[in-house]
Amino acid sequence: MKNTAVLITSEKLKVQDCYDFVQDASCGGIALFVGTVRNSTKNKEVTLLDFSAYEPMALKEMQKIADLALTKFQIHKIAIHHAVGELQIGDIPVIIAVSSAHRKAAFEACEFAIDTLKETVPIWKKEHFEDGEVWVNSHP
Amino acid sequence: MKIQLLFFGIATDLVGENSIFYELKSDETVLALKKDLLLKYPKLKNIEEFAIAVNEEYAEDNLVLKENDVVAIIPPVSGG
Repeated sequence: MKNTAVLITSEKLKVQDCYDFVQDASCGGIALFVGTVRNSTKNKEVTLLDFSAYEPMALKEMQKIADLALTKFQIHKIAIHHAVGELQIGDIPVIIAVSSAHRKAAFEACEFAIDTLKETVPIWKKEHFEDGEVWVNSHP
Repeated sequence: MKIQLLFFGIATDLVGENSIFYELKSDETVLALKKDLLLKYPKLKNIEEFAIAVNEEYAEDNLVLKENDVVAIIPPVSGG
């Protein structure tokens, strides 16, 4: 049985898919992190975000995070889904779902997964504003 | 020897390419390639730093490149 699910897609992400993958009778809880596109950054209005990925490597890095979470925490299953392409305000770029027998491990694994994803997975976002666009994190 | 270079994120915009074939000396390290790239594409200095991935894995500066390696320029990531 596979205990990890990683996905990069240009389709709309579905929380239910991640939930259904990790849900299990042996588990006492599911932790879900759902990233959403915010309407402003540093008091500046954002119109949309454009995500791009080095897809084969990003999938490998996401798989490493999922595998590491399984060894590091007492969890049952983990799903990590990420969207690419243009996302509007309120859309979902990332979902992490973790199930475990006891809640603490699920919370910890969920936080570990999103924090590590933001550091290691080769995915980039460009913020679009009314008057221009900028690659996030790319300038000192 | 020939390698393939891939550019992502802001690096694509700065260099104006997604993918090119690139000629370099045998036994060149990742660090030497980084220095070459900054000379060839001075605009890359606009990025605070960039990582290198070789064949879809992050590479240390002392890794020696081989013919036909696929080398990606990875600017600071911003997924999530």
